[in-house]
Amino acid sequence: MSDSMQTLEVHNQSEYKYGWSTELDMDTFPKGLSEETVRAISARKKEPEWLLEWRLDAYRHWLTLREPTWANIHYPVINYQDIIYFAAPKKKLGSLDEADPELLKMFDKLGVPLEERKVLAGVAVDAVIDSVSVTTTFKKELGELGIIFCSFSEAVNEHPYLVRKYLGSVVPSGDNFFAALNSAVFSDGSFCYIPPGVRCPMELSTYFRINAANTGQFERTLIVADKGSYVSYLEGCTAPMRDENQLHAAVVEIVAMDEAFVKYSTVQNWYPGDKNGKGGIYNFVTKRGICAGFRSKISWTQVETGSAITWKYPSCILKGDESVGEFYSVAVTNNYQQADTGTKMIHIGKNTKSTIISKGISAGYSNNSYRGLVKIGKRADGAQNFSQCDSLLMGDKCGAHTFPYLEVDNPGARVEHEATTSKIGEDQLFYCKQRGLSEEDAINMIVNGYCKEVFKELPMEFAVEAQKLLAISLEGSVG
Amino acid sequence: MKPLLKITDLHVSIEGKKILNGINLTINSGEVHAIMGPNGSGKSTLGNVLAGREEYTIESGSIEFEGEDLLSMDIDQRALSGIFLAFQYPVEIPGVSNSNFLKSIINAKRVFQGLPELNALEMLKYIRSKMIAIEMDENLLKRSLNDGFSGGEKKRNEILQMTLLEPKMAILDETDSGLDIDALRIVAEGVNQLRSPARSFIVVTHYQRLLNYIIPDFVHVLSNGRILATGDKTLAEKLEDQGYDWIREGNSVTP
Ligand SMILES: Nc1ncnc2c1ncn2[C@@H]1O[C@H](COP(=O)(O)OP(=O)(O)OP(=O)(O)O)[C@@H](O)[C@H]1O
Ligand SMILES: [Mg+2]
Repeated sequence: MSDSMQTLEVHNQSEYKYGWSTELDMDTFPKGLSEETVRAISARKKEPEWLLEWRLDAYRHWLTLREPTWANIHYPVINYQDIIYFAAPKKKLGSLDEADPELLKMFDKLGVPLEERKVLAGVAVDAVIDSVSVTTTFKKELGELGIIFCSFSEAVNEHPYLVRKYLGSVVPSGDNFFAALNSAVFSDGSFCYIPPGVRCPMELSTYFRINAANTGQFERTLIVADKGSYVSYLEGCTAPMRDENQLHAAVVEIVAMDEAFVKYSTVQNWYPGDKNGKGGIYNFVTKRGICAGFRSKISWTQVETGSAITWKYPSCILKGDESVGEFYSVAVTNNYQQADTGTKMIHIGKNTKSTIISKGISAGYSNNSYRGLVKIGKRADGAQNFSQCDSLLMGDKCGAHTFPYLEVDNPGARVEHEATTSKIGEDQLFYCKQRGLSEEDAINMIVNGYCKEVFKELPMEFAVEAQKLLAISLEGSVG
Repeated sequence: MKPLLKITDLHVSIEGKKILNGINLTINSGEVHAIMGPNGSGKSTLGNVLAGREEYTIESGSIEFEGEDLLSMDIDQRALSGIFLAFQYPVEIPGVSNSNFLKSIINAKRVFQGLPELNALEMLKYIRSKMIAIEMDENLLKRSLNDGFSGGEKKRNEILQMTLLEPKMAILDETDSGLDIDALRIVAEGVNQLRSPARSFIVVTHYQRLLNYIIPDFVHVLSNGRILATGDKTLAEKLEDQGYDWIREGNSVTP
């Protein structure tokens, strides 16, 4: 057995750091999904009639849809009646001081900067635990700039005009099976609006945590960046270790108007299951942004290390002329994890530009697929795309696959695609170790180098976290 | 005095193919041994085996380093204990900045020695001073490790690492190949500056020319995985003149 494979066997046993759960006093619906469930969620959240109708519409549409099967992932049939669709901490929060101390401890453990002392970190956080948003920090500071950053529920009540206008405008309620399910039962999420010309002075961040057992998490994020505005948005997520699989089906919608720039970064660290593939989150997420305006820009950066199954294609609709879409991705799979992830770049406007950099790393018995569509519409004169999809294999029991789709309806478009598959180099490992680096440090260094193009797109603190996470997912202690 | 390195009747194979067929070699502290020999004779294999490369099978024999069983040590442990291999073909590691790599290996060594790690500033000063000595372009620090480096730049980077790590036993595998005349002289000076009673070298080369700069204490001729001849620097001169054909087994030249 070669040395790098031995390392794999070892890091297979690495522990998931966020695997604990918290005893919170919860208000929980019974398992099962029906029109009644949808109505009950809406009622519980005191939603206006239009939103209930929107949900019911989505629910009825969902009933007509089938779970997609085209992705390169395999899992037992999901019983949608065996899931709890709503779970919330009982205590209603007026302010942070009133929060369940257990909850605060939990966020402390997660390292989520919920308190003002974290001002230095410059991160405003909306934390969603199970079905509800728990608290949003820095509301006042942001409010002074006209920035709205709050829970989705709050936005529905306080900014109904904006929510109604943009909800479902990028990902329609019936877009796909999981998006329809989310539209019917979504319980909370984050809402963000940046007014014209405002450059959001801090990173906005949402932290998702599934805590309760048998519970699905269906959150929705809506970001609207008005003309000439800028925002950098971070999303992090973790879940306890449980033997059963848990469903996470989220929707993220982004709207960027003329010359607006939205940067959306994710470090996805849902519980991946144990080393035999037991448990873990099923992560079926629809993320899409529309570059609606002239010279608008949306940049997705994701570091996917968690989840038993990842099904996720953050996409850009490049409608505005000269708009820009970017997708930077590192997807790591280990043990029996499966990831089918990539992007769609839909070029509609003239001189639109997109860049796709995807780095897949597969270890153990995992399967890692890149799936990407580049579509150049008839009107998209001068459109340009550059795609680079690299796969790194660690060991010989894992798989890496690339499924690039290309639809070009404009002869003037320029599309470039590069793809490589390589094994972590024995030569590289030998070189590093010959200089005195441990196997662990050597792998870490090589893999981080391989992911550099993506990591450099992350905000500084996140990049550091991502590097650590990568080290944890890929190493463990070499004994 | 105990030898620094003692190789006894070493037999090595790879994928069932025998490459080293009974190497005996003793190196004392402070000595410089040149190893010459035809292509494919096993010179790089010897260096790789000393450094601990795992693809090779040690059929029999032993290697002692400072009296300890080298063959039972891990690659990184050997390196930290003072074995350094300047590679014939240094690998490229994209995305890993050269400076970052150098920092990591220097600090790994310092931690091993129980010394505090150097901070960024001290590190830069230390690296710079060594780069100046071998006239190496500082821009190479910012680039990815060996990535797109010219042949000569890669070799210089190997020498830089050697001078930074100050090994006890440095193995230079054709570090002179691909170097222009000036670079050759600079690299040789780098080696000569490091020469000390506490440090030994194995210099693998095809060219006697290098040995005009780095005067070896011994010259060995490796052929078919065996040391067929051992002499002083005049042996290298003779090889340059006459090639390898005159050396046959039983025709050994010993000092
Ligand atoms: N990984 C390997 N697999 C198979 N054969 C190998 C391997 N590594 C080395 N060899 C063989 O072992 C023999 C010795 O190789 P080695 O690289 O040690 O020679 P060398 O003396 O350094 O030659 P050169 O002067 O050309 O550098 C060669 O025949 C080579 O093909
Ligand atoms: Mg060689």
